[in-house]
Amino acid sequence: MNTEKLRVRVWRSATRGLVTYDVPRYESQTVLDVVTFIQRQLQPDLAYRFACRVGMCGSCAMNVNGKARWTCRTHVSKVAVNDELEIAPLSNLPVIKDLVTDMSPFFDKWSRAKGQFSGSRTRHEDFARVSPESAPRKAADAGIECIGCGVCYSSCDVVTWRPDYLGPAALNRAWTLVNDERDTQTIERLRAVAGDAGCHSCHTQATCTERCPKHLSPTAGIAGLKRMTMKAAREGDL
Amino acid sequence: MQAMSLRTQARLWYWQRMSATVLALCVFVHLGVILYAVHSGLSAAAILGRTRGNLLFGAFYCVFVISCAIHVPIGLLRVAEEWLRWRGKSAQAVCLVFSAGLALMGLRAVYGVVS
Repeated sequence: MNTEKLRVRVWRSATRGLVTYDVPRYESQTVLDVVTFIQRQLQPDLAYRFACRVGMCGSCAMNVNGKARWTCRTHVSKVAVNDELEIAPLSNLPVIKDLVTDMSPFFDKWSRAKGQFSGSRTRHEDFARVSPESAPRKAADAGIECIGCGVCYSSCDVVTWRPDYLGPAALNRAWTLVNDERDTQTIERLRAVAGDAGCHSCHTQATCTERCPKHLSPTAGIAGLKRMTMKAAREGDL
Repeated sequence: MQAMSLRTQARLWYWQRMSATVLALCVFVHLGVILYAVHSGLSAAAILGRTRGNLLFGAFYCVFVISCAIHVPIGLLRVAEEWLRWRGKSAQAVCLVFSAGLALMGLRAVYGVVS
């Protein structure tokens, strides 16, 4: 029988604060396993969010020992300090209950950054032929695997300082689209992401890039948007 | 930076970036000048003897001062916005005055050691 224990402090609410639970340790245990154990065995009304459990859906992100992480792919052995964990909801987002945040502001900003693809062809036309070797396609590919987990947004100090800032994920999405040669909304998108609530607010601290579980670099995309908006301003398009 | 057009904001970013590049070089040279003056044990009179009439020295420090006057107020606007929630025309005006003050005091100092 396993006797090793993990002491876990879980954020419940502003009034209750952090509540401590003892959870048995298992080999290859993830932080999501820990939260699931607490809810199934110790605290049935604990609210948290998950879906795929394999790092695809982006729904299980939480603050673990002060850093935003995807909990389904975070092994306890990598993050526990002295067999202790502190688990809290993502920062920079309203909390609905316990570990569940309201992601609406996060995805509204994707919309504000014109994160929707807008092509010119219909289904009756032939496929667009895009060379995977072209520089814009390579730039788009480098940022395309975002799963929308909100880890970067939660980790971004600029979002904390000025809540209207679009944030790394929305800007990364815009960067992939302005590099998509099939898209027709480049100028409108550059107007949407320029300015002090957009790419020009980024301080290039790169915490988003450091914490992104998919190892993307929103920082590089935002720097690219700054260059692109400057070019548009020079050409009178902004 | 409310009420500032997107084009102006993009240009401000550009000027801040360009001035930062110039400042990086200027600071490097300036540190060299300080180390030379200190390690050689130069007196104030000896320093002035080297700087007076030295147009190259004057031109270098004029560039340094002007780069500061461009770079600093743009950064101050950000600080005002993010730390004090202070934005709009009043913040812009104060930063502009600060920039003018930096330029005036800096250029006066350069004039003082070169003339």
